[in-house]
Amino acid sequence: MRGFRLHFSMLLRLSWRNLWRNHRRTLIMLGAISVGVWAMIFMTALMRGMVDDMLNQGIRNLPGHIQIQNPAFLDDPSVVNSIAEPAGELLIALNQPGVKRWATRIKVPAVIASERESRGINLLGIEAEAEPDITGLPAQISEGRFLESNQDQGVIIGAKLAQRLETRLGKRVVVMSQDPDNNISERGFRIVGIYRAEMPGLEEHNVYAARDTLQQLLRIEDRVSQIVIVDEDYRDIETLYRRIERVTPKTLEIKPWYEIDGYLAAMFNMMDGFVLVWVIIIFLALSFGLVNTLVMAVFERVREIGLIQALGMRPILIVYQILLESLLLLLIGLVIGNGLAIITVKPLESGLDISIVAEGMAMMGASSMLYPNLTLYDMLLANSVVIILGILTSILPAWRAAQLDPVRALNST
Amino acid sequence: MKDVSLILAWRNLWRHGRRTWLTIGAMIFSNTLLVFSISLQFGSYDMMIDNTLQAYSGHIQLQHRRYLDEPKMRYALPDIDARAQSLRDQLGLSSISARAVGFALASSKERSYGLQIVGVDAQHEPLVSTLPGLVKQGRYLDPGATEEIVIGSVLARNLKVGPGDELTFLGSGFDDSFAAGVVTVVGVFESGVADLDRSMAQVNLGYFQDIFAMQGHGHSIVIRAAQIDDAEPLMADIQALDMAIDNLALRHWDELQPGLRQAIQADMTSAWFMYLVLIVLVAFSVLNTQLMSVLERTREFGTMMALGLQPSRLARLVMLETALMTGVGLALGITLGFLVTWYLSHVGFSYPGMEEMSVKFNLPDRMYPTISTISLTLGPGIVAIGSLLASIYPATRLYLLLPIEAMRAV
Repeated sequence: MRGFRLHFSMLLRLSWRNLWRNHRRTLIMLGAISVGVWAMIFMTALMRGMVDDMLNQGIRNLPGHIQIQNPAFLDDPSVVNSIAEPAGELLIALNQPGVKRWATRIKVPAVIASERESRGINLLGIEAEAEPDITGLPAQISEGRFLESNQDQGVIIGAKLAQRLETRLGKRVVVMSQDPDNNISERGFRIVGIYRAEMPGLEEHNVYAARDTLQQLLRIEDRVSQIVIVDEDYRDIETLYRRIERVTPKTLEIKPWYEIDGYLAAMFNMMDGFVLVWVIIIFLALSFGLVNTLVMAVFERVREIGLIQALGMRPILIVYQILLESLLLLLIGLVIGNGLAIITVKPLESGLDISIVAEGMAMMGASSMLYPNLTLYDMLLANSVVIILGILTSILPAWRAAQLDPVRALNST
Repeated sequence: MKDVSLILAWRNLWRHGRRTWLTIGAMIFSNTLLVFSISLQFGSYDMMIDNTLQAYSGHIQLQHRRYLDEPKMRYALPDIDARAQSLRDQLGLSSISARAVGFALASSKERSYGLQIVGVDAQHEPLVSTLPGLVKQGRYLDPGATEEIVIGSVLARNLKVGPGDELTFLGSGFDDSFAAGVVTVVGVFESGVADLDRSMAQVNLGYFQDIFAMQGHGHSIVIRAAQIDDAEPLMADIQALDMAIDNLALRHWDELQPGLRQAIQADMTSAWFMYLVLIVLVAFSVLNTQLMSVLERTREFGTMMALGLQPSRLARLVMLETALMTGVGLALGITLGFLVTWYLSHVGFSYPGMEEMSVKFNLPDRMYPTISTISLTLGPGIVAIGSLLASIYPATRLYLLLPIEAMRAV
């Protein structure tokens, strides 16, 4: 053990000094590793931030992490396919800790008409108290107020829709839909609030009213379209999902968010793959330079290596020495790269304004502010890929150095 | 003399064959990757633009000045049918079609939905839009027929109707009058563009104008150019015509689909960030190799200078070496990139989750990169420029060399 430690500290000192014999080459290589590692982490933080934003927006728009509804509802979102408000075991499960928030909603197609124009819309009946946790709508009210209770008589429409309808806060609009018997049901509502959504498309389509008011209008007492459940974190809903699924009546359909929206699920699943591919591509581009540096370092020292071998140093120690040199190079590069990444991402965490391409981002489902998300997982991934693959690629040049024939090496020029 | 430099540079390169190959390897790797991903990018952008524009909006539209921002019934152009015909005659282009747009509540026996109802010229509409060709059940509108309607597939499902079923619709007309009609569904289209399939229906323009009391008005004249690049010259041609319509505005597809170019811009920006990182890493590699090779040859260069060679000559030699190395990397990278891309442009490729993503951007669920001169040369070209720039520093070191000291260097 003592011997090993002695060897190790000697090897470490040798490697360290060797590294700086050709300081220009070492600095250039360090530059390359630092830039590569910085790019790995910086880019990943931006992409993570964007995908997180898309998922948050998308899930708030579904809404909820888990939905319970009539099996026919997703295909045919009509008032006919309603369900009873939760009761019995399901109600008990919903009220247990672990559910951050749950609410019932009504969602039906409708037509809204002002004095001048009319438009087709989604009419949503919501529970006023639960809404902040489900869609965050109350925070988006730009004029007027949010619904005060489940019996509120007003409606909330998007700013864009108000413009299309040539109406404004305080005006009356007529909302037309149908009841389960296919009769047209209509009534006037006063616009009590105007909201501005992150996604402009939503503003034109979603109109919100109080749940009980809509139940009366649609003549569906005690019935709703959906039960939506919000968990603490959308990434980890399996436990809750299983618990609720067990007590959900078999006549109803229960779905987690990733089954409701395939695009969101695809984004979520692809992200990890994308990060890995990006990190590996950058590493490969770096690896050529790394191998080159080591090959050159060995080449310059052929005579020297021959000499220490002739003096009795075991070949394996030469391998260790070269690997240690490579490891030191990688570690310094990683420290600088990680440092650069943290320094550049931190100031951007308050948000990067990309509203110049806002409509394009809306097409992808993201908003016009980008909040980079530097995660420990991504940093660990980038660092371990660089260290592990870096050492692996260094083995070949190191092994070749150890294979040198001392006599020939000493005689080479 | 030139030849000597060339031979010298070429031989110098192979004094350290392994080092040269490793540097060239970095170039080949980056070039192949760049050729492939740029081809893929261009291919999917073109497809995204084409699929989105051809489905409905066309390349250019003539509209009322205020219609784009406020798509309201009353911002219409007069005599739309005749105007469209005269445009076809004047431009000698048949892919020009007039439309009028309204909103209505449509009811089948069981369901009611709000929809966008579009009056189209059934004879010319197939020339500007792919929708008529995407009728999956039944048929498209007969030119001139009244009381016929084609609707989107999601709408058909929601309304629970198919070809042969009746729909009534209610809306308000151009003069704020009540507009109502009973129509028979003759076809159901499935475009893959969610918005269209969910909320659009088409009837003949003449019928639309009757029901909505349009008095000959319409909302847009849609023009599809032969190719997307023809949109700008065509727009200039149209501007040159004197059409004498009040409040007329000419809209390029950029304005009609502002999200499209921005989505491409955003994607392009992030892609170029990645490409630049790759290019910088290759440049580092070249810088390292060339600096080493210059430093190794200090004595040799010292001798050559003592023999009377100008430092500029030697600097040119170093640049020539880089150029040769870059040339090999460029040629091999483009070849390899071409082969990989060419193969994938035939068999196509996909990755898990791509199908769900593609739908969002009107793309097919397999990707086929398109090879073009630009996509083959753009990335590798920049890699080459980056490499040459990187070797400037090693080359300038030669100007600092003092022959006597250099010859003594170890």
